[in-house]
Amino acid sequence: MLKGLMFLCVLCSSVEQKIYVVLNETVPCVRLLNATHQIGCQSSISGDTGVLHVLETESDLDWILSSGPHPPYMVIMETAFFNRSVMMRMKNSSRVAGVAVIISKTGLADNFSPHTTCPNQNTGVYSESYGSDLANCNGTVWNPLGNGLSYEDFSFPVFALKDENQTQVLRKCYEDHNQRVNGSAPQYPLCAMQLFSHMHAVTDTVTCMRRTDLQNRFSINPEVLCDPLSDFNVWTSTRPLNNSAKGHAADESVVIAATRLDGRSFFWEQAPAAEGTVSGIVTLLATIQALYPVTQEAPPPRNIFFSFFQGEAFDYIGSSKMVYDMEKNDFVIDMNNVHSMLEIGQVGLRSGRSLWMHSDPVSRQNKSVDTEVSEEEGKLSLFSHALSRSQPLPPSSFQRFLRARRIPGLVLADHNTSFTNRYYESMYDDAENLNVTYPPGLTPDEQLVYETDAAKSLAEVATLVARSLYLQAGGEEKNLNNITADPKIVSHMTSTNTHTHTLTLTLSLSLSLSPSLSLSLSHTHRHMTSSHTPPVTRFVQYILANLTGTVTNLTESQCQNPSELSTENKDLFSYFWVSGPASVNGTREPFCVRASVRLSKAVSPAFELLEYGSRNYSTWTESRWKSIRARIFLVASRELEVMHILIKNLIVSMIFILIYNNACLSYFTPKRQNKLYTAFFFFLHI
Amino acid sequence: MTVAVFFGCTFIAFGPAVALFVFTIARDPLRVIFLIAGAFFWLVSLLLSSLVWFITVQISNKNSATQQTGLLIFGVVLSVLLQEAFRYGYYRLLKKANEGLLALSQEDTMPISIRQLAYVSGLGFGFMSGAFSVVNILSDSLGPGTVGIHGDSQHYFISSAFMTLAIILLHMFWGVVFFESCERQRWWGLGAVVISHLVVSCVSFVNPHYQGSLIPTYIILSVMAAWAYLCAGGSLRNLKLCLTCKDKDFLLANHRPR
Repeated sequence: MLKGLMFLCVLCSSVEQKIYVVLNETVPCVRLLNATHQIGCQSSISGDTGVLHVLETESDLDWILSSGPHPPYMVIMETAFFNRSVMMRMKNSSRVAGVAVIISKTGLADNFSPHTTCPNQNTGVYSESYGSDLANCNGTVWNPLGNGLSYEDFSFPVFALKDENQTQVLRKCYEDHNQRVNGSAPQYPLCAMQLFSHMHAVTDTVTCMRRTDLQNRFSINPEVLCDPLSDFNVWTSTRPLNNSAKGHAADESVVIAATRLDGRSFFWEQAPAAEGTVSGIVTLLATIQALYPVTQEAPPPRNIFFSFFQGEAFDYIGSSKMVYDMEKNDFVIDMNNVHSMLEIGQVGLRSGRSLWMHSDPVSRQNKSVDTEVSEEEGKLSLFSHALSRSQPLPPSSFQRFLRARRIPGLVLADHNTSFTNRYYESMYDDAENLNVTYPPGLTPDEQLVYETDAAKSLAEVATLVARSLYLQAGGEEKNLNNITADPKIVSHMTSTNTHTHTLTLTLSLSLSLSPSLSLSLSHTHRHMTSSHTPPVTRFVQYILANLTGTVTNLTESQCQNPSELSTENKDLFSYFWVSGPASVNGTREPFCVRASVRLSKAVSPAFELLEYGSRNYSTWTESRWKSIRARIFLVASRELEVMHILIKNLIVSMIFILIYNNACLSYFTPKRQNKLYTAFFFFLHI
Repeated sequence: MTVAVFFGCTFIAFGPAVALFVFTIARDPLRVIFLIAGAFFWLVSLLLSSLVWFITVQISNKNSATQQTGLLIFGVVLSVLLQEAFRYGYYRLLKKANEGLLALSQEDTMPISIRQLAYVSGLGFGFMSGAFSVVNILSDSLGPGTVGIHGDSQHYFISSAFMTLAIILLHMFWGVVFFESCERQRWWGLGAVVISHLVVSCVSFVNPHYQGSLIPTYIILSVMAAWAYLCAGGSLRNLKLCLTCKDKDFLLANHRPR
């Protein structure tokens, strides 16, 4: 019996396991669409198969693109070859079935930014009608090292290989079967890989949303093809604002302190964004930690509004939504309440300990705005430098506020003209890029509290920002000395796991909604449908609650329904049921925290207005998909397949001829049924 | 390994059996019924043997390799014995059914002889056995990959197909020999069938040395083919006349009128 063909193991009786090796960790590149284009990668619906070839040298490139005898090839690309020229050549070739990029630091070029040279150039403040000589980076090219790979459309799948063990499996398969011996072609059977990443959406957002709407209206089982990028902004204020009173807030003059919450890279959900985003988040959180106690003891006349905007990489989703709500009187404050704005951009790589203040030259042509901005600059001028009047603003959320109204504001950054970040919006913008280093021999617990140089630098920036915000809000100078950011908290927040080089936000309190204490900031840019919020939004929310909230003695049910109590006000505060720190014997005592931290929806106004082809707002959507996976196996030559068919035909023909023509066996069948059997006979020859 | 291999292996495995079915069984509904009943009997025997095997595996030590191999051998032997037992059971059932059919039919002669029943039931057993052997493998052959990434032989699919072909034909011959032996009360014939079935099943344990399993199987196939031919009333003279189509008396006598 063929049971004997099973191996000794009882459970792995599947033939499939003999043929395929499934790769568990897959990091794909997915398809995104906006009003006019589609970007990203796509595979065919039944996966793309190709013979493996490792791209290590130039001769390998020639082999893949022209001379190799077994196209199409599945390219295993070494880090050094992942650049624009090679990828464009792959894109234009029909012999490439897909690419798997090895992500490692060995062979990494000096710079790599897959973003464009001029981020968000169409949705910023500079346009034909406003500062036309500064629009489209005519004034300053912000990301000159950008190669624009993230914004290209590839018709083959591109995966990232982050797991070293898995890469080793692929290399071994390649070396065993596919390696060239003395320049001659390798023999069958060859090692091949199949990548599945079929995306449902095509062309652009308008097409995709139209098809989705049709599905929702007419289909019994509607199939959504793409989702708008959406998530939440996090905001808080030093004086609580009444959340149910929308529109203009009476007697409130607000100073906005903002930063962005997201990042992106070429691959899906891989965005460490250490210098690009985390530096700003950590600085603003440390600012709040420094500023909050003083604002409660000696409140300044103006309110300070802290805001973390989500989705800024994709044409300012979060900030455009907040501005839209403010203009529509659908937010707790409106544009008339805003006094000025200070935004924290990329502040992690301060060489020479200098910081730069960017302002908008066009709005400063107005005298009153100019005076305000100069005042603001003065408050920040401890060790930061003002910039020339002809320099435009870098890509920042402040640009969206300027589009609505010319308010005075500044953007703080560690770069003068173009970014100092050589890995802007890429997978390599991690802790190493931020120079977070620990002396050797520290345990992870010691690393948590060790004050790295990067932490100290960010703490200095936070102190500066906090003090100037206090002054900007009208506070008295005598309280300034009490405002200092604690480097310990900053290093707490930027402790690095040296094995994986990801930046983690850690909390001293553990929270009831998150299972683990530390979480990586890798997926910061958006989330799919309504189901879950990416960790970073939640964590910033909870850290803010920790820093600015007060502990109450409400019970769990009271915490969830505080409106029943007269002392608590659900309009002014949010209430969080927190599980508390782990005590010595492992038990936790949960309690209720009251804080004025809120989330506000960050989805582009284009989707509320149903203007899917809008030029004013972000129209980015992400395609949906069914399965993303990868597997490797051996493929046999065409000759073997042909042999199968020949043998089959031979055997069947012999039998048929024997039986059919044999007169003595007409004992069984009359000869008159010729036609039927002839037809059957020919059918079997297909 | 793509559609070519799928069709290739399917027709290698089932081609002759399907040809036999189409030309000799499909016209007569009675034969079709007995074929399907035979397939069902084989299925029941498989169900019982797999039940026993499943229970023994659950109560055994899953980590011990020798125990699992032993269990596998035990399972194979048990399955073979159960199949032959069910073949005998089917024989008894058919004997009884034949008497009943004779009573019901309006003709004086039996509508179907016990020899034909032997052939038909053997083919039924063969079809079902072949299906269970090879369908799983065929479905995996449709994908783009072939066996070998863990070091196994590349000829897995085609040797499975040939093995299945042999098994189906063997079941047919065993059916003929078995029923003949039961009719003539020649118990050593029964024993020979059981033993050859055991040998064919156990020789598959030498896989992946496919020569070691296929060659003995095909030798036994040819031996059983010759024996079945002799049981069915053939002889060397008949064979020569048949192949050269010279036996006119035979043809005239047996040509069915339309």
